[in-house]
Amino acid sequence: MTTSTAALDRPATGARVRVTRSRRPRPFLGLVALAAVAVLAAMPALVGAGITAKLVDGFILLTLASMWNLLAGYAGLVSVGQQTFIGLGSYVVLVLAQWGLQPYLALPLAAVVCAALALPVSWLLFRLRGGYFAIATWVVADAVLLVVSHFPSLGGGTGAILPGIAGIAPLTRLAWTYWSALAVAVAALGVTYLLLRGRLGLVLTAVRDDEIGARSVGARVGWAKRIVFLVAAAGCGAAGGLLILSQLNVQAPSVFSVEWSAKMIFVTIIGGIGTLEGPIVGTIVFVLLQELLAGFGAWYFIALGTVAVVIALWSPRGLWGFVADRVHLRPFPIGYWLWVDDDTGAGAGRAEKGVE
Amino acid sequence: MIWVGALVQGVLLGGLYALSACGLSLLYGVMGAINLAHGDLAIVAAYLAIIVIPILHLPGILAFVIVVPVFVVLGYVGQRTLIQATLDRGQLTTLLVSFGASIIIQNALLELSSADSHSIDVGSLVTASITVNSDISIAVLSLAIFVVAVVTLIGIELLLSRTTIGRLIRAVADDREAAQLSGTRYRHVFGIAAALAIGTVALAGLAFGMYSSFSPTSGSTRLLFAFEAVVIGGLGSLWGTLAGGIVLGVTQSIGSTIDPSYGVLAGHLVFLLVLAVRPSGIAGARQAA
Repeated sequence: MTTSTAALDRPATGARVRVTRSRRPRPFLGLVALAAVAVLAAMPALVGAGITAKLVDGFILLTLASMWNLLAGYAGLVSVGQQTFIGLGSYVVLVLAQWGLQPYLALPLAAVVCAALALPVSWLLFRLRGGYFAIATWVVADAVLLVVSHFPSLGGGTGAILPGIAGIAPLTRLAWTYWSALAVAVAALGVTYLLLRGRLGLVLTAVRDDEIGARSVGARVGWAKRIVFLVAAAGCGAAGGLLILSQLNVQAPSVFSVEWSAKMIFVTIIGGIGTLEGPIVGTIVFVLLQELLAGFGAWYFIALGTVAVVIALWSPRGLWGFVADRVHLRPFPIGYWLWVDDDTGAGAGRAEKGVE
Repeated sequence: MIWVGALVQGVLLGGLYALSACGLSLLYGVMGAINLAHGDLAIVAAYLAIIVIPILHLPGILAFVIVVPVFVVLGYVGQRTLIQATLDRGQLTTLLVSFGASIIIQNALLELSSADSHSIDVGSLVTASITVNSDISIAVLSLAIFVVAVVTLIGIELLLSRTTIGRLIRAVADDREAAQLSGTRYRHVFGIAAALAIGTVALAGLAFGMYSSFSPTSGSTRLLFAFEAVVIGGLGSLWGTLAGGIVLGVTQSIGSTIDPSYGVLAGHLVFLLVLAVRPSGIAGARQAA
């Protein structure tokens, strides 16, 4: 039985269908992003050393949160063991510097080595799912900590000092560290954005909606999750490399601490899990709260944890979700918008939100 | 003969791990909830014991008379409020909320107590031992903990297989909707299962607090060892969990005999080995969950 409503629901013959990535064309967004990066790059000349150092911490946190968001928010891989790669990243930079490589040049290698090490780790961990996967990532972090603590050349459990950096003037060194941190954070956001816009993003969206359905139509789910795991390992490795570059020493119990997982998880949940903007918002909130509650010791961690738990329960899309519900603002458009223009060509088309 | 001694100690230590694992296993098996605050709750039980013992002038060994009932009630109420709320929102929420709870508990203990370590005073029991020969002596406390673990596992097994509430718990775990259609109030059944699980967590925490010293951050390794015992033994099998706990305990004990700092690492490596070659565990017929 054909009714006239069918014509409204389906594009009539001759209707033009367009698919765009944003609801409105946003050619200026790229320029805004470039300008923002340019302003941030000039910061060491504009603000004092104290603020520059805090911004470095912020970029490290942003990188970590973006990586955890990619894992848990998009690929469903809830890891509480990313400190494995933070610690390994720190120690790769340390070892390469001990061998005589310039520490800043060792930073990209730390990311590459962590991605390479993540491959065999993923073979083991991907045998478990959900919550058991989460605890297993933590076991791996603890095991790697114990192995690293055994090498006296790495400072054992007590710590080691980064060589090859003493000749650089402190302010120059801070500026280099700052630019490295900015580059890593921009790369983390950029790679996440490009990955999610591509085929991988499509597979992950399909998995999020229905994993069995996605597998049954041939989506390479295992491949997608493995790529995400490797990328997250590389990002966390780079963040770990930045940690040793900014602190100039490394202590195994500190870089392999589960507190890193707590930080990246709290930042992502408070900002909004499953959105690219969430970790940015969360990092800003986290850094500001840290400044405000600096005198209260562990209470600030308790307060943040409580806020994160409350948000996870009652407002799971976080602060960015709250904003995005009210204002149509998508700095990182990774969804699809389907437009059906009627055949009169009057332009009074109907927009349909596809996937976002 | 030093190896036989290590073996015996490891087997007894395995009892502690199995006792600790059964709360984790029960919550997951019945309602699919992974509790990342599992170890921290056990440590809270130990702290509660060192608070109530001096107030009530109880001998340390009787701490469980007070602490376990408190945790049983906490388990039921916690399930009906917080745990059920996270279950309704999906597994991601359960993980995030329990991880948040873990971090909150650790930091709260640090603030309210201190980073120092404590232990539950059990008097002369801590040094009492049965001497078998010049090389092997069995600590009475370890033996007692092992016996408590086995009795607890047998008790839970009997409860699940023979009693009405046990049948309801299994029915709800197998097929919640079908159980509901037959008139089961599943939230109440979940509450009882959680009370049982959290009760065993308290028991494990007390046993650990008597066996060893603990500090606010001891909970993390408690969770990891309990989890390793579950996976090594095979998911979803209580007897497998005992076997897993014993394998883990023996590995750690033998590792420590080679070098005191190798114990925990040896346990982690055996866990990863089991994951690599037999992810369904020793007793597991089921696929890894």
